[in-house]
Amino acid sequence: MYPSRFHYEAPRSLAEAFSVLQAYGDEAKVLAGGQSLIPLIKLRFSAPAVIVDINNIPGLDYHEEDSDGSLNIGALCRHRTLERSPLLRSRYPTMAACAPLISDPMVRTRGTLVGSLCHADPQGDWASVMLALGGDIIAQSAKGERAIPASQFVVGPFQNALEPNEIAVRARVPASKGTRSGTYLKLERRVGDFATVGVAVALEASGSTINRAGIALTGVGPSNIQCTEAEQALAGKTLNASTVEQAARLAAQAAQPKTDVRGSAEYKRHIVHTFVMRALSNQQQARAA
Amino acid sequence: MAQALDEVKIGGLGASRKRVEDDRFVVGKGNYTDDFKLPGMLHMEILRSPLAHARIKSIDTSKAWQMPGVHMVLTGDMAAQHNLAWMPTLSYDTQAVLATDKVRFQGQEIACVVADDPYIAKDGCEAIQVEYEPLPVIVNPYQAVAEGAPVIRDDKEGQTDNICYRWDVGDREGTERAFAQADVVSKIELHYPRSHPSPIECCGSIADYNAATTKLTVYMTTQAPHIIRAAVAIVAELPEHMIRIVSPDIGGGFGNKVPVYPGYVCSILCSILLARPIKWIEDKTGNLISTGYARDMYYKGELALRKDGKILAVRFHADTDNGAFFSDAQPTKFKIGLLHSAFACYDIPYAYMTAQGAYTNKAPGGVAYRCSFRVTEAMFFQERAIQTAANDLGMDQAEFRRINLVKDDQFPFRTPYGFLLDSGQYEKCLDVALNAIGYHDFLREKEEARKQGRRLGIGLSTMTEPLGAGNSREYDILGIKMFDCAELRVHPSGKAILKIGSKTQGQGHETTFAQIVSHELGIPAADILVQHGDTDNTPFGMGTYASRSTPTAGAATAMVSRKIRAKARKLAAHLLEVSEEDVEWELGRFYVRSAPNNGVTIQECAMAAYGNMPDGLEPGLENNAYYDPPNMTWPFAAYIVTVEVDPETGVWDVLRMVAVDDCGVRINPMIVEGQIMGGMTEAYAMSNMQFITFDAEGNCVGSNYMDYLLPTAWETPGFELHEVVTPSPHHPIGAKGIGECACVGGPAAFVNAVHDALDDTGVRNIDMPLLPHRVWEALTYKRDVSGAPPLKTDAD
Amino acid sequence: MEERRINVLVNGEPKSVDVEPRLLLAHFLREVLGLTGTHIGCDTTNCGACTVLLDGLPVKSCTMFAVMVDGHEVMTVEGLGMPSELHPIQEGFREEHGLQCGFCTPGMMLAAKALLDENPNPTEEDVRWGLSGNLCRCTGYQNIVKAVLWAAEKLQSEAGAISR
Repeated sequence: MYPSRFHYEAPRSLAEAFSVLQAYGDEAKVLAGGQSLIPLIKLRFSAPAVIVDINNIPGLDYHEEDSDGSLNIGALCRHRTLERSPLLRSRYPTMAACAPLISDPMVRTRGTLVGSLCHADPQGDWASVMLALGGDIIAQSAKGERAIPASQFVVGPFQNALEPNEIAVRARVPASKGTRSGTYLKLERRVGDFATVGVAVALEASGSTINRAGIALTGVGPSNIQCTEAEQALAGKTLNASTVEQAARLAAQAAQPKTDVRGSAEYKRHIVHTFVMRALSNQQQARAA
Repeated sequence: MAQALDEVKIGGLGASRKRVEDDRFVVGKGNYTDDFKLPGMLHMEILRSPLAHARIKSIDTSKAWQMPGVHMVLTGDMAAQHNLAWMPTLSYDTQAVLATDKVRFQGQEIACVVADDPYIAKDGCEAIQVEYEPLPVIVNPYQAVAEGAPVIRDDKEGQTDNICYRWDVGDREGTERAFAQADVVSKIELHYPRSHPSPIECCGSIADYNAATTKLTVYMTTQAPHIIRAAVAIVAELPEHMIRIVSPDIGGGFGNKVPVYPGYVCSILCSILLARPIKWIEDKTGNLISTGYARDMYYKGELALRKDGKILAVRFHADTDNGAFFSDAQPTKFKIGLLHSAFACYDIPYAYMTAQGAYTNKAPGGVAYRCSFRVTEAMFFQERAIQTAANDLGMDQAEFRRINLVKDDQFPFRTPYGFLLDSGQYEKCLDVALNAIGYHDFLREKEEARKQGRRLGIGLSTMTEPLGAGNSREYDILGIKMFDCAELRVHPSGKAILKIGSKTQGQGHETTFAQIVSHELGIPAADILVQHGDTDNTPFGMGTYASRSTPTAGAATAMVSRKIRAKARKLAAHLLEVSEEDVEWELGRFYVRSAPNNGVTIQECAMAAYGNMPDGLEPGLENNAYYDPPNMTWPFAAYIVTVEVDPETGVWDVLRMVAVDDCGVRINPMIVEGQIMGGMTEAYAMSNMQFITFDAEGNCVGSNYMDYLLPTAWETPGFELHEVVTPSPHHPIGAKGIGECACVGGPAAFVNAVHDALDDTGVRNIDMPLLPHRVWEALTYKRDVSGAPPLKTDAD
Repeated sequence: MEERRINVLVNGEPKSVDVEPRLLLAHFLREVLGLTGTHIGCDTTNCGACTVLLDGLPVKSCTMFAVMVDGHEVMTVEGLGMPSELHPIQEGFREEHGLQCGFCTPGMMLAAKALLDENPNPTEEDVRWGLSGNLCRCTGYQNIVKAVLWAAEKLQSEAGAISR
């Protein structure tokens, strides 16, 4: 597999990157980890005329909490870092559960969370996690910044809401409304596979009362699906057999799976139900203990 | 008295000698085909068809020709001018090298571009414009024989349907009589899905035609260089002595690197036309969608049973999907390979089998993927049928096998399909396996777990298989009989070079074949260099596949060593100044019978062969030997797997895997165990995830490693290995084939275990691979689940 | 044709080469530098045969452009050890029969090196997880796992000997 020719730019600052993007418009494609983009270019499914490699821009490889309690993940923060992050492990259980399930160790060395969101693959795991956490993506251009909610960031399969002159510089998870719990469950045919079904669950609670619930699905629709009704069914409630079952049922209803080589639509819907049940029951048990 | 040599210390038989191949591999100094760079070398890339069945209306290559760096754009019409648009297959069919009239499967070769580097060659391929007229597509053998099906092979004179062969074997009437007397008839229908051997290294070649000498040298990824030389001589109409095939290090073969592929032929033609070396290295998608697939067989069969568990007869029919070209590499006489070796390990009086092959719009192949000519298909069907029969009788599956296995005192045993089993201790192997797994304890555990809603299962697979083709009476490929040769040269200092016609792809021949010589002559294995893979410098051999290297080339190695020893005896007698009859042999040394301290080493004999030979004795110490095996070798295996199925998701995990293999005498136990574990991993893979399917349009689902799933270290279970040793009665050192047993017998053990976990549901069959959604569907709806193409999608 | 000068430290040796931007790192190593120990198995970032260490961390060299390693350090199997002085991981693979055809081995060993650099005393499960991006078709992995554990033990005892 051999890529087509392209022009290569490796800006050393965001300002330089913006002027490159300005010059080339939608002919340019931003390259961060490259673990989705480069395979597409090799297969010649994608042939951008210009590659803007942002790996040489300092100050984008971070993940840290702001003074307001929100978590910022820079455009060059790799999956590998997130997989090993004590911060995620102690305070962001949904993210901590998801990070090791992204592809394989080598891909995690290079690939980035922000790049994964931008790639907008309906089978991408991080987008579900960000939906469940109510996060947003900060797009920056020469003119300044704007925040795009995760729920509006993906506009279709492999299509995001960025303008050609913008770079997604960081993803942001808002401060928690209580103690966080949750997980990411992924049914994959083999380790490193794309999700047959992925379920992100993120709860924020005071005592046993859930202040905010996030539930989002991977692999069962044209893009990741936020299960708004299931979330609402849990908000302000406590976890018990009836609320758990109701949330699982509503999440399964929200899924829009298709029958393919990974299984029937019916099976995938059933897995959504099963995984939401499992994720919430585990939280319920953890709370009881 | 001289200290007797310790055979294990010198690296002889039974030594788990570390591999000499590893010295270069662990430092990255292997020499695989893609590692060679010849002066003036150009690079070739292939343009493939996106459609599965279409008439080619036009091919416009003008833009590609104009690209800087492009040297040649070869199309089928150009190849036809050299009589090379088509080539013969190893099964007496023909295959398109480059399509001229129409494309018959997705991925078929249409044109190739030769350029300064492969990037430019790829650019050139992209610039070729092909206009197609789509035709109806056939993706399984039932569609192929349905009324009104388009004739795929309209290139063949007289071909009016899509049937590519019909075959039958056994005693039809006797079998019918036996069925009439059955208490119970147990039926089973299933599909062995299409799979691909998929070595990590893809296929490739560097053709180097020297216009001055007219010698053609081809470096290529082939498991059978000598057969390839013969094939190239036939296809390219070149004199055989002016063709040199070099098969360097191979990154795995598993049967994928036996056939002749269009890419090889195109690189050769381009090299002849351009008088430059041409390198072609296939990409993974090209490998998966166009080269030798395996399996893709549909079976319907039944066993005639007596109430007490005795099997009276078996009959079955197999439909094979042969893809667009019948290109299996298998012995001429056997159109469906050795499928009739099914049920060989059971004492069944009557058997009858029929088979029919169909052309479809899928890649050609039917290669022996880590097996001896369709033996994997045979044993999988056998063991699924056996488990189903045990269930139908309400008998314990181990006991049912025990009743029917051929007993130790029955050898030699003629199977109803005509094979002659020569040795084995089947019941002992079964017992070792049952003890190792703790069979009865597990059955109790399973019962307890079931009460708590957990589903455990245990699966058995017992089988013998014919490995090591020929004999030459029955086995040939393209008319060339199947035997093998070894040539041994012992140099004056007692160091030796062994040359063999087989070719390792990871089996470790450079290590183990030296051990055979060491066993026969007492020369330390470290003093023996094994050469192979270069047709100019090695004797004829049929290649390495079908677990045939140790049974044939290994036997030839022992036999040539014995010839050397016989001559060395004459030299020893001369040196010891006694008559030959007074000389005795112990490992590495001849001595005078009456004076054991008076002796000479094999090394001293070697020196004498070049410096002190007796009058009248031809100088030198070298020879060759051909071994034409009187029979196959018949290893036996008993495999047991335990699993737990998650009823909510259909996901299943392997709890334990026990393998008992009887492959006769083990030359290098470490390597034998490596072969078993490798084969068992493929067995697990096929049962769990690894398959290729097609949608209704003939699109290959499984055209890269994102969709064609191979297990990693993470999910591959651990293996517990045990051995029983019953030497082969005809092999000079008693060895039997082993490279493929686990891949052949293993799949049924995994699949039977999952079915056992569902034994209260009435489900008779879920097709491989046992994907979670299939298991869930079977469990939820208590119904069988077919995996046959076309793939179900929402588009339907 | 556009070319770009890259400066990269490969197995400790500085290299300064003009390359086309579309040249993949794997091809740069194999074709430009002649380091053919790095193998190319698949094309879709799945098999790990082309694994090398980039600044000490494992990456798939078929999924990076050579221009991206400008200013960085790459280690290939040729830098792991010499025939006369094998790295304990190389020794482990030989001792435990951790390879057959040898094609996946360089990538497997470099993934193992990254694993042991981070976790010198891994469990079997750690090893299986650490190698979960590298496919082997021959061995069934059991001996590969043993090989890495063998190397871990040897590295530990060497480290112990030095610290004493």
